[in-house]
Amino acid sequence: MTHLGFLIAGWGVVFVACGLYAVSVIRRARRVAARVPLERARWMTGKDSDVIGES
Amino acid sequence: MVSVDQTARADSMGTSSKTTRILGGVLLAGIALWLFLAFVVTEPDIRIDGTSGQEIGQFDAFRLIYVHVPVVFVAYTAFVVTAIGSIMVLVKRSVWWDLVAGASAEIGALASALTLITGSIWGRPIWGTYWLWGDVRILTTLVLFMLSLGYLAVRRLEGTAEERARRSAIVGILLVVNILIVNRSVEWWASQTIHQDSTIAEAAIGGSKAFTLFYSIVLAMGLFTWMMIHRFRLAWLERQFDRFGLDDALTSRRAEAASVLEGEMS
Repeated sequence: MTHLGFLIAGWGVVFVACGLYAVSVIRRARRVAARVPLERARWMTGKDSDVIGES
Repeated sequence: MVSVDQTARADSMGTSSKTTRILGGVLLAGIALWLFLAFVVTEPDIRIDGTSGQEIGQFDAFRLIYVHVPVVFVAYTAFVVTAIGSIMVLVKRSVWWDLVAGASAEIGALASALTLITGSIWGRPIWGTYWLWGDVRILTTLVLFMLSLGYLAVRRLEGTAEERARRSAIVGILLVVNILIVNRSVEWWASQTIHQDSTIAEAAIGGSKAFTLFYSIVLAMGLFTWMMIHRFRLAWLERQFDRFGLDDALTSRRAEAASVLEGEMS
């Protein structure tokens, strides 16, 4: 296979960057979720002020 | 009085759900197939020169197309979603859409950075250079990336929720205008780029190569959807914590104190 170094670099950077980003989002989410009551975590049915600036 | 049940935390679910777990599993299998198609099924780009009879083409470096183009599609899609969310923010002052716009812009920023990096890595063996300042597509993509960083910075500026949402919505709409410029740049300034016209629109490839490229784009859209769901839910949780965190902590402590008192009384 030709250009092996470029292939590893090109594919590798995408896998590593996306993997790290996904892990960081999920870890942050678990941390924040531990502090939010279940009824407030319902993103599709939440009734708390869907209008910006209003409570 | 709020019962202990009502103060149950969301940590059991995080941002995952049955849907995201199933989608994640399907996508993992899809990634394995993607690698198989890109590195085993498809042939390298080798053609025979009509006059000299020598082998020409991109050889195995061509396989970078299956990662570079999907990343470009993710960036474009993410910024289109950001622009739609931004318009909804301006029209309906919707919190939900503001969070969608912000989540999508963050993924778009990552994808546009990867577009520049993978394009640069692909450019070295094909064009003999990692970077060309005179190339309009590279420059407009760089502007798109910088603009996405600007959008994310504007979201963090001081101000009321409404001011922040309105300011960032305006930048969010500019992002999609810039996509049009990036996409058309190779036609509008054809003499100032070494990029070719759209590989797909020009039907420059066919057979297993075209199928693998199409599959890569569909898979990337699936990955974007999965990532978007998680990132949006995280934004939602952060907003809920910022707004109600102190109230919820007090409620929780009161509930704890009440249950301790009850235990002592009985």
